[in-house]
Amino acid sequence: MNLDLLTVDSARTAVLEKETTATALVDAFYKKIDAEDGAIGAYLTLSKDRAYRQAAYIDALADKGDDLPPLAGVPVAIKDVFTTQDVRTTAGSKILADFVAPYDATVVSRLEDAGAIILGKTNCDEFAMGSSNENSAFHPVHNPRDRSRVPGGSSGGSAAAIAAGTAVASLGSDTGGSIRQPAAFCGVVGLMPTYGPVSRYGLIAFASSLDHPGPFGKSVKDAALMLQAIAGRDPLDSTTADVPVPNYREQIGRPVTGMKVGVPQEYFEEGIDLEVSTAVQFGIEELRKAGAEIVPISLPHTPYAIPTYYVIATAEASSNLARYDGVRYGLRVGGKTLSEMYRRTRDAGFGAEVKRRIMLGTYVLSAGYYDAYYLKAQRVRSLLARDFDEAFAKVDVIVTPTAPTPAFKLGEKTDDPLAMYLADIFTVTADLAGIPGISIPCGKSKEGLPIGMQILGKHFDEATVLRVAHVAEHALATKL
Amino acid sequence: MVSEKDVSYVADLAHLELTDEERARMLKDLNSILGYIDRLNQLDTSNVEPMAQVASAYGERKDEAGGFAFALRSDEPHPCLPREAALRNAPASDGTFFKVPKVIER
Repeated sequence: MNLDLLTVDSARTAVLEKETTATALVDAFYKKIDAEDGAIGAYLTLSKDRAYRQAAYIDALADKGDDLPPLAGVPVAIKDVFTTQDVRTTAGSKILADFVAPYDATVVSRLEDAGAIILGKTNCDEFAMGSSNENSAFHPVHNPRDRSRVPGGSSGGSAAAIAAGTAVASLGSDTGGSIRQPAAFCGVVGLMPTYGPVSRYGLIAFASSLDHPGPFGKSVKDAALMLQAIAGRDPLDSTTADVPVPNYREQIGRPVTGMKVGVPQEYFEEGIDLEVSTAVQFGIEELRKAGAEIVPISLPHTPYAIPTYYVIATAEASSNLARYDGVRYGLRVGGKTLSEMYRRTRDAGFGAEVKRRIMLGTYVLSAGYYDAYYLKAQRVRSLLARDFDEAFAKVDVIVTPTAPTPAFKLGEKTDDPLAMYLADIFTVTADLAGIPGISIPCGKSKEGLPIGMQILGKHFDEATVLRVAHVAEHALATKL
Repeated sequence: MVSEKDVSYVADLAHLELTDEERARMLKDLNSILGYIDRLNQLDTSNVEPMAQVASAYGERKDEAGGFAFALRSDEPHPCLPREAALRNAPASDGTFFKVPKVIER
């Protein structure tokens, strides 16, 4: 069995039809991880006990001849910002290096309830803060398509595991682009759902009003099947929306005839690599040939998205990360007084980027600056959301590049935080507005590096996003 | 412009000590990032409501009191994390409580 070609459906079918067992699949994936992940660094922790226990349960179901749940036997990887009971959960940080979570994130338990097998926890930027995975406190991740390059971030390990074939599907989280940008860099599919259908319970908080859990897969269909398993109201997260979860699988294969595809001029102007722009224009042309109508649109506040994001995200982060104080869990560095213990613990436990964001966030929330920065950014956030409202009055989806360039070299941007922040220039706006977006592979640069095309949709309209993404994926697969 | 004094003040608020090297770097980075953030002032937002949550975009889902209907759940007790599990990750505990350095001076 070629593990690199396994999909969600083919893995499940192989177990259902007794071509293999879930246990044999787990064996094969761990063997592949042992052999190949050393050079990639996608995994931080393997959850072998848990994986084999789940595999035995699925095999028992298959032996009885029962119909299997939708993700039965599918080996998946979980970004290490989701808590996993009895399995180490680090958020990529030294401050949680030995933290063993006492409960499962809702998305984790839902994946297991759907039959998926959790192979392990994937590497990420510390507390999901970064665009290259180089902020992991443990080790960087190498892009499987070119090991001298970054996999993107912050969900770099989850994207790299799919590209390397060391998991069939995976979970990530997207706060400013952390699912879609690494998907683009690694040449896989990454889906950020609307803020609302997917629970954040057990997701270690970075910026609560922006954090979106979502799946990675080799194909749009795999991402859709993963979303199906994790979406839906969760009584443990009051921000989850009480809306029906549609059947996403039904969207796969539906045509886009007559659909209106918006193309924002602002996303093809400043700072974009010519090869990326050309590849995405090619992808848009394929949608036109498939029967969609291409409509030029404008999202005029786009140049304000990154500064807005870095005020709101860091403000929320400074508040969320106040909990790491060395008292209840995580690292403690002793001190004579409580205050000294707090400071020593946080100084030793947090990396440079996390400290930078805590400082920035604390500054913009501090007396005298709150109105000028935080409130101002919240007002501009309204303008950015309004840009999308106005655009979606005219079109069904919006298509843009996912990132301005293909994957950059390890070390290339580590000295300049602002340059790193600009890697998210095309993705942050959707996080701020809370709309869904997907990145799909859309050709390669001359150097062979993957390029991503982003498809954005209306609130709660993942169905249309998936439908358009699948048509584009199918058309591009026959051309590239 | 952020000054060295501001860096000290904010580090104090954030319970961070920071080395001299980190402070120097922080001064440079904060000024660079805040300089970029200043472009927000190009926009007149005097008549724009602040957006704190995406949920505020789902206008019709408000309940009678103006809150967000889906944020409410039935007020029923549920089992919570057992003490033993909650204390398992504690750096210091006596089995019942978390232990911290002395807070109150006699």
